Amino acid sequence: MKVEIRNIGMAFGSVRVLENIELGVNAGEFVCLLGPSGCGKSTLLNIVGGFIPPTEGTVTIDGEPVTGPDPRRIFVFQERGVFPWLTVEQNIGFGLFKQSDAEKRERIAHYVQLVGLRGFEKSYPRELSGGMKQRLEVARALAVNPDVLYLDEPFGALDSITRLQMRRELLRIWHAERKTILFVTHDIEESVQLADRVVVLSARPGRVQSIVNIDIPHPRDLSDPRYIALRDEIFGEIGLAHQV
Amino acid sequence: MSEHRNVERVVLPLVVGGLLLFLWHVAVKVSGTTIFPSPLAVTKGIRQLPHLGAYVADSLLRVGFGYGLAVLLGVPAGLALGWWSALARAANPLMQMLRPISPLAWMPLAVIWFGVSNVAPIFLIFLASFFPVVLATMNGVRNVPPMYMQAGRNFGLSTAALIRRVIFPAVLPRVLVGLRIAFGVAWLVLVAAEMIAVDSGLGYMIIDARNAGKRYDLVIGGMLIIGVIGLLLDTMIRLLERLKFVRWAFHE
Amino acid sequence: MRIVLPLSGVVAAVLAWHLAVAAAPGTLIPTPWQSLAAIGELAQKGLLVRYVVASLFRVTWGYLAALLLAVPLGMLLGLWRRGEYAMNPLMQILRPISPLAWIPIAILWFGVGDIAAMFLIFLASLLPLTMTTIHAVHNIETVHLSAGRNFGLTSRELVRSVVLPAILPQLIVGMRITLGIAWLVVVAAEMIAVNSGLGFLIVDARNAGNRYDLVVAGMILIGVIGVGLDALMRKLEQLPFLRWGYVSE
Repeated sequence: MKVEIRNIGMAFGSVRVLENIELGVNAGEFVCLLGPSGCGKSTLLNIVGGFIPPTEGTVTIDGEPVTGPDPRRIFVFQERGVFPWLTVEQNIGFGLFKQSDAEKRERIAHYVQLVGLRGFEKSYPRELSGGMKQRLEVARALAVNPDVLYLDEPFGALDSITRLQMRRELLRIWHAERKTILFVTHDIEESVQLADRVVVLSARPGRVQSIVNIDIPHPRDLSDPRYIALRDEIFGEIGLAHQV
Repeated sequence: MSEHRNVERVVLPLVVGGLLLFLWHVAVKVSGTTIFPSPLAVTKGIRQLPHLGAYVADSLLRVGFGYGLAVLLGVPAGLALGWWSALARAANPLMQMLRPISPLAWMPLAVIWFGVSNVAPIFLIFLASFFPVVLATMNGVRNVPPMYMQAGRNFGLSTAALIRRVIFPAVLPRVLVGLRIAFGVAWLVLVAAEMIAVDSGLGYMIIDARNAGKRYDLVIGGMLIIGVIGLLLDTMIRLLERLKFVRWAFHE
Repeated sequence: MRIVLPLSGVVAAVLAWHLAVAAAPGTLIPTPWQSLAAIGELAQKGLLVRYVVASLFRVTWGYLAALLLAVPLGMLLGLWRRGEYAMNPLMQILRPISPLAWIPIAILWFGVGDIAAMFLIFLASLLPLTMTTIHAVHNIETVHLSAGRNFGLTSRELVRSVVLPAILPQLIVGMRITLGIAWLVVVAAEMIAVNSGLGFLIVDARNAGNRYDLVVAGMILIGVIGVGLDALMRKLEQLPFLRWGYVSE
């Protein structure tokens, strides 16, 4: 068990936003936290990442309790998280202050290639599209070789076509690097397309409503009956009719 | 299409400027005044002034020192106030009270402290530019997106490294704008500052010319020189916004 | 708790002031207490109200005159691109010229007195208000203007129902800042050209007998009224039909 989330509860003042969250994540697993806006999933991710101390409960990673942010667990925000005053290269190399110059260059080149930003090394974020900035942020996160990646609705600001492409990219990178990933989303399709397991959270206060195993191998076919069945199951869990 | 606009940008103001000069000249001639100068008289008076270069240099020096000091002290103060909000809340009433007090109102105190010398005007200029610098820097720090700080801490940066590698570059554009505005204030206050018993400088020239002999040509000439130099300096500071390290904030 | 920090800041400053004066015997600078006493003296002589009213009077009229000219002018230049091109360099050259530099001309045209002072306030406020208005007009969302035209509004109706309400929040902020500038300038103007008002008080107190307690009293009054004016303008920003324009802090 890589990440153990035990009995996490969170209150802001008198408002309870999370209640009794229990979850275990295995090494190399891709887990989605799914829920409507305001259900506390981002808060939960921030707690697991060590940015907010929980009101109750503990998070341990590899047996160690989480007390604060740590370079072994990198948080990926929406594309606004890249530093606008640094080039693509400099952004990716941001966390690499312990490495030698040669190693730094090698790592940066590797990740530029991996996320498909070759040719843009000297460009600034304002010259990149939304999707490219998102890929840059993922590259920056991966460059420090973390054990766990936290992604908080990273594709939310992108158009739907780019989103589909980015999901494919993310899965490709995940297969190549085999990190443990915790991914927050409100998009049901996205969760079924990406995750090994989908943790469905209820509306505030957020509780683990159910955990759905997505047992389809990658690449996942969006027309596959098993995909559709699992998607409909989650629709049902959330209480939505699948008719518009 | 945009070339058209650039031509308009140059031609139109020249036309308006020329028109105004013409109207000014006509008004002077028609009214038969002996005191108010025509545009030509102004140019003549300025050109004949022997000390002009020295006056400009003295004014620039005073502004330079006063403003420079304001930046040297104001930026760290603003950084501190932006970082420790408790400090800002404690200092706020004092700042709010001091801000509306015209630098000129400090003149009597300045003379007590510094006597009649170059230091008093420099002090006034310092006072006037200090607050804008502090405020701009403070607001710059406050407005750094928390995301950047979180990312910095996530990658394991120490507080010193966080300030150096995240906060400083993030604040720089806003601070630069504040510095430019503060310089405008400093330049504006120059005239007031040079009304204390100094005997050189552009501000002095304006006040003295009137007192010492109704030389309104020098008064207006001085005003125009102040305007043009002020504009030039402001433009030069704006050029700093093109520098690589801050360009990201100004040219989306 | 919210009051404790600001209050302690003020107390610390006043204390430091008192100690600094006490530590320098023979200095002309008054202690905080002496300055407050001087304010009392002014009130007793009936000068307090007179001077404050005189200063406020000059600011109000000069400022309002500038406002009346600046807003229509600013709207015109904001909407008429060519007009702005034509006037912009002139405005940029006038901007760095301190209102005080106009004192000789003001006295030439209006003599020494209230009108000259009001003229200086007018000058000091005109350019900032105009430029704020132009800026605010530029910031109107094009979609709002397009919507207005889409609904068939004439130019005059467009200005009245779209442009004016749209610029109001930004304009009020600019008005507040410019009022601060006007207040600053009135003091300076009064030190030169008139014989009443808070600026005059400072100059006269020093010249007529080194009454530095009155000088500092004047400074305190200027500061307090300045803060008051600013607070008043901030209240305007709270009005419900303006609040939409302000991002929550």
